Amino acid sequence: MDSIRLHYLVPGDDFTRAGAASSDVKRTLKELGVAPSVIRNVSIAMYEGEINMVIHAGGGDIDVEITENEIIMTLADKGPGIENLELAMKEGFSTAPDNIRCLGFGAGMGLPNIKKYTDEFRIDTKVGVGTTLHLKVYIQ
Amino acid sequence: MKVNELKDKLGLEVLTEGDLNAECTGCYSGDLLSWVMSKAEAGDIWLTVMGNINAVAVSVLCDCACIILTEKAALDDTAKIKAEAQGVTILRSEKNAYQLGVEISKLI
Repeated sequence: MDSIRLHYLVPGDDFTRAGAASSDVKRTLKELGVAPSVIRNVSIAMYEGEINMVIHAGGGDIDVEITENEIIMTLADKGPGIENLELAMKEGFSTAPDNIRCLGFGAGMGLPNIKKYTDEFRIDTKVGVGTTLHLKVYIQ
Repeated sequence: MKVNELKDKLGLEVLTEGDLNAECTGCYSGDLLSWVMSKAEAGDIWLTVMGNINAVAVSVLCDCACIILTEKAALDDTAKIKAEAQGVTILRSEKNAYQLGVEISKLI
C-alpha cells in the first residue's frame, strides 16, 4: 500500500481540542484494519504528546506517516525545551503547574508512557528552541 | 456483564448513553489520566472523579466499557457533549471507588 501522510496543528492552551489528532489517527488506523493493540499504542503515545504540547509548549505540529510496516510520528514544538531530560523521563517527575494537575494531568507519566508505547523513541530538545519527538510503532 | 445490566444492578444514574451493550470485562480505578492510560484495559469499567473532557478522551483511547463517576462527582458540560458525540457511556454513583469496586467484583 502507498503510505498515508497526515498533518495536525495542535493549538496551545486548548484542552478541549487536545486529543483531536490522536482520535483521528485512531479512526484512520481502525479503518485500515490495524491490530487493536497497535492502535492503542499509537493513540496513547500521540495523546500524551498532544497534552505535553498544550501544557508546556503552546501547541505544535504533528506529522504521521502510516506505511505497511510501521507508523511514524513526528511531534514538533517551539516551546521552552526540556532542561533535564533524564529527570523528565523518570516516572513521577513533573513540572506541570497545579491548575493542570487539577485536570488529572501532571502525574509525571507523559514521556515515560510515550517511550513505553512506542518501538522507537528519539527526543531532540534544546532549551529556548523547542522539542521534537521522533516515534515509531511497528505494525506486526 | 453488559453496561446496561451493570447500571441496573448498581442503581447508577445515566449521564450519557453510549453503547449500553458493551461488555464489561474488568474494572480500573484512578484519577491521574496518564496513569489510567497506561494501566486501564479495553473493556474496563473506569471508576473516577474526573468528569472533564480529557477523561472522555482517555476513555475512548483505552476503549473502556464505561465511566462511573464516583461520589457524585460532577460532569462538565463540554465533557457531556464530547461523550455524547463519541459514544461514551458515563454513569454516576453516590458510592466511593472502594465500595463500587467491591460490588463490581461480585458481578463480573
